[in-house]
Amino acid sequence: MEALNSLLQGFSVALSFTNIALMFAGVILGVIIGVLPGLGGANGVAILLPLTFSMAQTPGGQTSAIILLSCIYWGALFGGAITSILFNIPGEPWSVATTFDGYPLAQKGRAGTALTAAFTSSFVGAAVGVIVITFLSPIVAEFALEFGPPEFFGVYLLTFCAFVGMSKEAPFKTIVAMMLGFALAAVGTDTVTGTLRLTFGTATLLTGFDFLVAVIGLFGIGEILLTLEEGLEFKGASARINVKVVFETWRELPRYWITSLRSATIGCFMGIVPGGATPASFMSYGTAMRFSKDGEKFGSGVVEGVVAPETAAHAAGTSALLPMLTLGVPGSPTAAVLLGGLLIWGLEPGPLLFVEQKNFVWGLIASMYLGNVAGLIVVLTCVPLFAAILRIPFSVIAPIIIVICAIGSYTVHNATFDIYMMVVFGIIGYLFKKVRYPLAPLVLAVVLGDRAEASFRQAMLMSHGDMSIFFSNKLVGGLTSLALILLFWPMASGAVALLRNRLRRE
Amino acid sequence: MSEANDKRAALGEKTAELVIAGFTFVLGAIVAFDSWRLGARWVEDGPQTGYFPFYVGLIICFASIVNFVTALLAGKKGRAFVKVGQLKLVLSVLVPSAVYVGLVGWLGIYVPSILYIASFMLWLGKYPWWKALLVSVGTSVFFYSVFELWFQVPLPKGPIESLLGIA
Repeated sequence: MEALNSLLQGFSVALSFTNIALMFAGVILGVIIGVLPGLGGANGVAILLPLTFSMAQTPGGQTSAIILLSCIYWGALFGGAITSILFNIPGEPWSVATTFDGYPLAQKGRAGTALTAAFTSSFVGAAVGVIVITFLSPIVAEFALEFGPPEFFGVYLLTFCAFVGMSKEAPFKTIVAMMLGFALAAVGTDTVTGTLRLTFGTATLLTGFDFLVAVIGLFGIGEILLTLEEGLEFKGASARINVKVVFETWRELPRYWITSLRSATIGCFMGIVPGGATPASFMSYGTAMRFSKDGEKFGSGVVEGVVAPETAAHAAGTSALLPMLTLGVPGSPTAAVLLGGLLIWGLEPGPLLFVEQKNFVWGLIASMYLGNVAGLIVVLTCVPLFAAILRIPFSVIAPIIIVICAIGSYTVHNATFDIYMMVVFGIIGYLFKKVRYPLAPLVLAVVLGDRAEASFRQAMLMSHGDMSIFFSNKLVGGLTSLALILLFWPMASGAVALLRNRLRRE
Repeated sequence: MSEANDKRAALGEKTAELVIAGFTFVLGAIVAFDSWRLGARWVEDGPQTGYFPFYVGLIICFASIVNFVTALLAGKKGRAFVKVGQLKLVLSVLVPSAVYVGLVGWLGIYVPSILYIASFMLWLGKYPWWKALLVSVGTSVFFYSVFELWFQVPLPKGPIESLLGIA
């Protein structure tokens, strides 16, 4: 009940004229970002973050700033579906699974149905995610108030081990990517002792690498280079949604309620445990295919095949904010960028946020409800407009996007050096993507590196260098054990499969 | 003839995997060495500065070796990492972008942006010059109004802006 009261108060914060205007502006910007190649949730938010620096200094401005940025995120989640269905190009990694059935549907001339199904299921997924956040986050936050440095390090360890265990990429590639992130985070002045680390005598590296620049380079420039390989032109189905199609689709959708429910559950789980939206969408597509009556028709253009991944991706994308707000551990790269925003605005994410910044937290949660309604309205009415953006030839849009990325990197610290770094990160992002090194753990490690290190050192100081502190009580012991299980999960499951094969042969 | 040439692999996937694993190993080694130099041991008052990054560096090295060996044994020799045609396209964007970024440090952001967008449209897009001019100048004016006038975020400016008196 307390959650409901707080939520009502949140609505009173979020329902101001400015905030609603920002919501629509954010969603529209977000959809455009989601549709454009090279711009996505994470780097879109990263580029626009510097614009909120001055906004966040006014009273109540932090709430407005987070509403703007989170709505860009919702918009980007919606936008990914448009390109997948109409152009067979996933605008975002989590909409890859949407292309499997969305594009065949569009080719059959049922683009409107596919889009309506995608948007509606996105909305349903997000709604489930927000409800989970509303009721679960105060409990998690209260629980986490008791956490000390060892427990926090346990949570960080769990986060990073989950990446290794759940990633579909090779575990050692995930480890390399993640540890490179930690190494990048360590560059610059050591916050504890003030010593310079890994700067190699250069003054430009004194402040270290900014994760925003890394995000813009890795995801922005890297993505554009990858898109380029496919050529300079996009060919897509035409898009028009009329009211009749919308209502027909809405009448059809309740049939797939089990799929929706299952997908939303998978999504919420994968979002909170930092698996992320992308694996959630694939998992949900896979399970839907296995359990559905029309399982063998999947891939030829069935509505259910659009419902499953979209519901899961949005549920995961939304619930990824739960650990970010309550523990200060983001569940996805975009959540990591939002977390970086909170830090820059002078807010400390974590359990204390729910005690000290009630208006901010609940204003944000209320805005998630409203933002997704705004998103659904915007995408359903403006699809042709957004699809038209994709018809702008790449030779015009690509240089403009690169200019936007350069401006975004510069404005983080007003440093030209950051623009050079952006290009370097872009090349790294392109190469890593091509040989399938995951980028999400790298970004998360850059964001969390300093905090993870600080909690590790504090824990070590408490125990005078004795590692057994990470098993000193039930809570931290449980976290550490769970982390280790997840870390060795790929190895264990590989061994089990090998054993089973051998037994079968005998 | 050139069509077939474009489909040829410029670099094999296996080679790329090996090179990248080697690259990450070197990075890891640099991190570990520099941390060791700063002190990565346990002293009276707690862990030294290099304590945490030292182990990070070691893990990078170890995991890189595993990746290197895995790629060596996998034997996906035939697959292309990037085809010649793709590489041409990628470089045709990457090289001008590097030049553009280099110019920003010297001329500010607006003039290089105009040159960059316009040359991109002229050469890759084969647009008539007036369209290229319109789009490129329009974009710079748009960013100027959004950043400098609306949000009051200063962007880098060079000698040409100071000549015009807007720096």
